[in-house]
Amino acid sequence: MDIFTLILTDYTIRNVVLGALVLGIVSGTLSAFAVLRKQSLLGDTMSHAALPGVVIAFIVTGARAPLPLLIGAMIAGLLGTLLMGVITSQTRIKQDSAQGVILSVFFGFGLALLSWVIRQPGAEHAGLNKFLFGQAAATVESDVITMAVIGGIALVVIGLFWKEFKLISFDAQYAKTLGMPIGRLDILITTLIVIAVVVGLQMVGVVLMSAMIVAPGVAARQWTQRLGVMVVLASLFGAAAGVTGALISSAALNVPTGPVIVLCITAIVMVSLLFAPERGIVWDAFRQARNRRTLLERLKHEPKPGGAPLPKGAYKP
Amino acid sequence: MSQSQIEIQLVAALVAAACAIPGVFLVLRRVALMSDAISHTVLFGIVIGFIVLRDIQNPILIVFAAGAGVLTVSLTELLLKTRRVHEDAAIGLVFPALFSIAVIIITQNFGDIHLDVDAVLLGELAFAPFNRVDILGASLPRGVVIMVIILAINLVLLAVFYKELKLATFDAGLAAALGFAPALIHYGLMTSVSVTVVGAFDHVGSILVIALMIAPPAAAYLLTDKLGRMLLYSVMIAVAAAIGGYWMARALNVNISGAMASIVGLLFLAALLFAPERGLIAKSIQRMRRGERFAVEMLLVHLTRHENTPDEARENSLPHLIEELNWHPQAARMTVIRAASQGWIEQETDRLNLTTKGRARGLTLLAR
Repeated sequence: MDIFTLILTDYTIRNVVLGALVLGIVSGTLSAFAVLRKQSLLGDTMSHAALPGVVIAFIVTGARAPLPLLIGAMIAGLLGTLLMGVITSQTRIKQDSAQGVILSVFFGFGLALLSWVIRQPGAEHAGLNKFLFGQAAATVESDVITMAVIGGIALVVIGLFWKEFKLISFDAQYAKTLGMPIGRLDILITTLIVIAVVVGLQMVGVVLMSAMIVAPGVAARQWTQRLGVMVVLASLFGAAAGVTGALISSAALNVPTGPVIVLCITAIVMVSLLFAPERGIVWDAFRQARNRRTLLERLKHEPKPGGAPLPKGAYKP
Repeated sequence: MSQSQIEIQLVAALVAAACAIPGVFLVLRRVALMSDAISHTVLFGIVIGFIVLRDIQNPILIVFAAGAGVLTVSLTELLLKTRRVHEDAAIGLVFPALFSIAVIIITQNFGDIHLDVDAVLLGELAFAPFNRVDILGASLPRGVVIMVIILAINLVLLAVFYKELKLATFDAGLAAALGFAPALIHYGLMTSVSVTVVGAFDHVGSILVIALMIAPPAAAYLLTDKLGRMLLYSVMIAVAAAIGGYWMARALNVNISGAMASIVGLLFLAALLFAPERGLIAKSIQRMRRGERFAVEMLLVHLTRHENTPDEARENSLPHLIEELNWHPQAARMTVIRAASQGWIEQETDRLNLTTKGRARGLTLLAR
């Protein structure tokens, strides 16, 4: 059967592909902002910090419905960001250490809670594990719908606050002088990143979700100097990696989806770094070699010091 | 306590101490998140090592894992050198990619051996006593032997290169000018981090390795300004979390690594709140005191300026202060009481008079 009929007809593959598509678009869009604001590892921290929220939401509701778990994850992720802000602004501990502490302690606490839940009698907790490592194949239609709705809301919010986000990404100081509430905008954009992380968590898992908040933005940045183009490109790259990864892993037996998606987006980043017009490393190397050649040529033809005086206007630096 | 309980705690304490030592330098050099990256990529090294050696118990695996750690650092620096990627983005690109390759190789080739991803992230300390080796006729848990060796390596490296590490950490420019190679020190530290991570994560999982490497030094950083003390406090906090976490895990029947990470988090929170001078509470008290002292000084200046002027009676009265300086009545009364308790002013109903001592103080403040 050819692959397109399979996508349309096979229930599991269709859900996985659609889920990966949503994940790619949402995380790609937000990664553009995360990369510009030099908050790339925020996704890493958030995805780990979300775990205790997921488990507590499960303990409270006693069911594995996607929405409450996502809300729990969001609350825990935001709490982690908030604490990180307190640590870095009130003490001399730097951003990297604050992230390390929040990430490992929240996640460790989540693991302790999770192990407690799993040792309780009952089978409802089966599947909570997929928040750790992601389990794309277990994506069901309601998961895809939840992801699409939450992700869609995040995209709409970005559209509404486009001008503000643009300004705080490039020149937060200027935004402040204009009287924009940058504190609140900061929290808003962080919330959106948390949403993107949470949306992807159950598909690709904690560790690999961090790549989806970094890689599409880095790749897109190489191709353009305009924010609008960058955001669109980042979401396209994210979507392409998501769908390709999902298809490869459902075509080949026993290949986990998350890692394949990550390798796809890594390949896109490498191509972008090397071959993007203007910023590509390869073109840069060509340009440098050419400049070196022309400089040497010119030096060869130029008169030696102490020789005949240069004709007027001959020297062009 | 049974022998296996003691052994588990011993392994945990050794892991904690071994992690905290290089962790201090990660925190001070602002590369804490390299521990996050390395703790994931050593899996890549172990997988490659396993493919070459075909033996999961072979000690040479440590060399492969450490190599993966160094590879992570070099790839990150390579990306940084292109000047197209910011530092945290570079870290975030490298380790998920290597980790993904490792996970794919594992699921493709050895689904059945002890190399599953859960064990890597979580670790299972409870199994430590079952894996034993005989050394000099005594049967010891393998974890104890390995962690003693790694801790000893870290201590020796620390003792030998203490001066160099200290200088390179606090004044990289001077260290470079004096001829210490900063890159060599950086890679040396990262190799030591990698070796420690490999030894440790087998028992406690990669997440607790990060927790033990970063949180105790970060807490100790709030407690002292001296490098030697920071190292000592870090080791003490880490070991306390390891032992405390073990008992918490037993009491609540939860995962040991998770419990240890939670305890280390609580200890960090305690330091964050209660550290003398740098803690949040100490800081807010300092801020309050500063505010109070400033208010008293402002009061003295005001009284000194208006003393012996025609409208002294009106100016130097409590209601007028509340009005002119826009003070809250309660705050104004407290300030007056504070100034009076210092013996700087005397209060007759609403009228405020400077004492000789208060006048002298007011004049010095005005002369500043």
